[in-house]
Amino acid sequence: MAVQKLPIAKAINESLRTALENDPKVLIMGEDVGKLGGVFRVTDGLQKDFGEERVIDTPLAESGIVGTAIGLALRGYRPVVEIQFDGFVFPAYDQIVTQLAKMHARALGKIKMPVVIRIPYGGGIGAVEHHSESPETLFAHVAGLKVVSPSNSADAYWMMQQAIQSDDPVIFFEPKRRYWDKGEVDKEAIPGPLHKATVAREGTDLTLAAYGPMVKVCLEAAAAAEEEGKSLEVVDLRSMSPIDFDSVQASVEKTRRLVVVHEAPVFLGTGAEIAARITERCFYHLEAPVLRVGGYHAPYPPARLEEEYLPGLDRVLDAVDRSLAY
Amino acid sequence: MTVESTAARKPRRSSTGSGKRASAKKPAPQKSTEPELIQLLTPEGKRVKDAKNAVYDAYVADITAEELRDLYRDMVLTRRFDAEATALQRQGELGLWASLLGQEAAQIGSGRATRDDDYVFPTYREHGVAWCRGVDPTNLLGMFRGVNNGGWDPNSNNFHLYTIVIGSQTLHATGYAMGVAKDGADSAVIAYFGDGASSQGDVAESFTFSAVYNAPVVFFCQNNQWAISEPTEKQTRVPLYQRAQGYGFPGVRVDGNDVLAVLAVTKWALERARTGEGPALIEAFTYRMGAHTTSDDPTKYRNDDERVAWEAKDPILRLRAYLETEGHADEGFFAELEDESEALGKRVREVVRAMPDPDLMAIFENVYADGHALVDEERAQFAAYQASFADAPAAGEVK
Repeated sequence: MAVQKLPIAKAINESLRTALENDPKVLIMGEDVGKLGGVFRVTDGLQKDFGEERVIDTPLAESGIVGTAIGLALRGYRPVVEIQFDGFVFPAYDQIVTQLAKMHARALGKIKMPVVIRIPYGGGIGAVEHHSESPETLFAHVAGLKVVSPSNSADAYWMMQQAIQSDDPVIFFEPKRRYWDKGEVDKEAIPGPLHKATVAREGTDLTLAAYGPMVKVCLEAAAAAEEEGKSLEVVDLRSMSPIDFDSVQASVEKTRRLVVVHEAPVFLGTGAEIAARITERCFYHLEAPVLRVGGYHAPYPPARLEEEYLPGLDRVLDAVDRSLAY
Repeated sequence: MTVESTAARKPRRSSTGSGKRASAKKPAPQKSTEPELIQLLTPEGKRVKDAKNAVYDAYVADITAEELRDLYRDMVLTRRFDAEATALQRQGELGLWASLLGQEAAQIGSGRATRDDDYVFPTYREHGVAWCRGVDPTNLLGMFRGVNNGGWDPNSNNFHLYTIVIGSQTLHATGYAMGVAKDGADSAVIAYFGDGASSQGDVAESFTFSAVYNAPVVFFCQNNQWAISEPTEKQTRVPLYQRAQGYGFPGVRVDGNDVLAVLAVTKWALERARTGEGPALIEAFTYRMGAHTTSDDPTKYRNDDERVAWEAKDPILRLRAYLETEGHADEGFFAELEDESEALGKRVREVVRAMPDPDLMAIFENVYADGHALVDEERAQFAAYQASFADAPAAGEVK
C-alpha cells in the first residue's frame, strides 16, 4: 500500500528507517535516540532493528554530537543527528557554524559534509524554557548550511529522504507541535525538489507565506477568511535556505499582497528577508507593503503566555485586514 | 582546610575576609614540571635506558642509524621551512605565520610514528607533522598568504586541513576514529592540540566520546607552555596528561624535545589504538621558542631566562650530539643537509612569491556541494558587476 495516513513523527521515523535500509553509511545519533526512541519517539524502534552501531545513543554533549558527526562524515558516513530540543542546539552552534558549514569550501570541494541535524522546534506544547524556540534564522544566515522545515507528513517523509541524500549539511527543523498531526504519505510518489516552495491553498486576494508549524495556522486563517469573502493563497516555503523567492513572487504577482508568518521573532527574521526581496522583485505589483506576523523581541515566554506570543488565527487575520485596507 | 572550617574558627572576621583568606590558603597548583618525563635522549644527547622507559624504549629498540639521520633531517628541514615562512611574513609575503620553532621533535617524532593509513587532525601549527605526511610544505602557506582557507585535499595524505578554532578538530578526529572502528579497519587517528585547547569544552567532549566508544584515537597535546600570553598555569591545576585518568584511558608525559622518546611513546599509543585498546593522551612537554604567531609580542609576557633555559634543551642539537657521539653521521651528511635546507628555502620563497591570487569567482565556489539558489543569484550579479568594468573602454580608448 503506497499511500498511508501517518502523523508527522511517524513519517519521519519511516523515512529514517528507509534511509537506514537503503544505505549502510546512514547513522542516527543523539541523546536518547536508541532505547527510548527519542523524547518524541521519532526514532522509535530503529535501534532495535538496526543495532547500536547504526542508531547511537550519545553522551549528553551537543558539540560532541555534531563534532563527531563531522568526523564520521569525513570517514564516509552520513550521520543524521538529533538535537533534543531547539534551545539545546547552542552548545553545538560553534561546530555547526565554524566547522560543518565551512568544511566543503575550506577543502576546495574535495570533501563533502552529508550531515543532517534534526531539531524539533517551535512552541505550542506548554514546555519549559529552552524547549520552544525557533532559531532557524541563525542557521539560514550561515553560508554552507541548508535549512528546511516540513509542515505535513508527506513532506516530512520525503524531505528527510532528500536531506539525507544531500551532500550538503541540512538543518532539519521539525515542527514539534505538529508531530501528531496526520497526513497522507505516498512512498512511491516522485517528490518535488527539496528547496521548492509549494502552494498549499490557492487564492486571489492576498498571499500568506509560512513554513513548518505556521502553515496550518495560515490554512485555518484562509478558511476563516473565505467565510468573509476573502480569497487567500497560502505558500508553504518548506526551505529557509535557500528560499524559493520565485514561487513567492509568482504568487504575489497574482494576489498583489503578501503577509509572512512565522513563530520566530520578526526582527531580522525570515519575514524581513522575504519582505525585502519581494519588494525588490514585485515593487510595481504590490498594492500594500509586505507585512509580517511573528514572535516578539523577547525571550520565549513561559508556557502560560505562549498563546499570546505565538501567531494565531486572529493575529494573522488582523494582518490580512491591514494589508487589504491599503 | 575548607572555607567553612576556617570561617568557623575565626567568627569575627567578615565573610569577605574569610573568603579571601580561604582563597589565599588554597593548595598551590602542582608545578607542571613535577612529573617525570619519558625521555630517551638527554639534552646533552646521551641515551637514557631505565626501567621507567622500558615499555616505550621497546618501540625504538631496533631503530637504525639511517632512521635516526632521517629524523634529524626532518627536523632541520622543518625548522628551515618555518624560518623561511617567518621571514616571508616579515617581508609582507604572508599575512600571518604560526611558527613551530622549538616543537620540531614533538611533531616529527609523532608524525613519523603514524602509518600511511592513519589519519591526522592538526591544529594550525603542525607544519612538521604535515611534512611527515608528505604534504608539500608550500601548500601550508596558501591560507597564511590569503589565497585559500585550506589548500590541500585532506584525503591525499590523510592529513586534515588546519583548524583555527581551538580544539574543534579533536571531535572530528574522534568521530573519524569511531568510523574507523565501525569499518573494522586497524588504522588509528591522531588529534593535535595545545595546552590552551585543553581548556576547551570540545576537548573534554572528545575525551568523553572517545572513551565511551573506545575510539582508536590518540590525543597529542603539545604543551608548549604558552597559549598566546597565558601560561599553562592559567589552563590547569594538574599536569595535563593526568586528565586522561578521569576519562578512563592512559595519559603519559613525554619530553617533547626528545624526538626518539616522542616517536616511541606515539608508536605505543597508536599501536594500542590499532589493537582495540582505545584512546590515549600524550602530553609532549615542549616549548614554543618564538611568538604565538607573527602578530604576537612575547617580550610583553615572558622573560629571556625562560627561553635561554629551553634553548639548552633544543631538539635538533641533542639529536646531532647523539648522532656524532655514536658515529651515526659524518660531516658529509651535515653538509649535504645544509645544501638541501638552502634549496628548500629557495623553493619556498619562489613558490610563495609566484602564488597567484585566487580567481574572483572563487568567492562563490564550493560554498555548497549541491548548489544553492542564493549563491547562484549572487554569483551572477557579481559576475555582471565585474564584467561591467571589463566592458568599459580602456583609458587610452577614450575619445
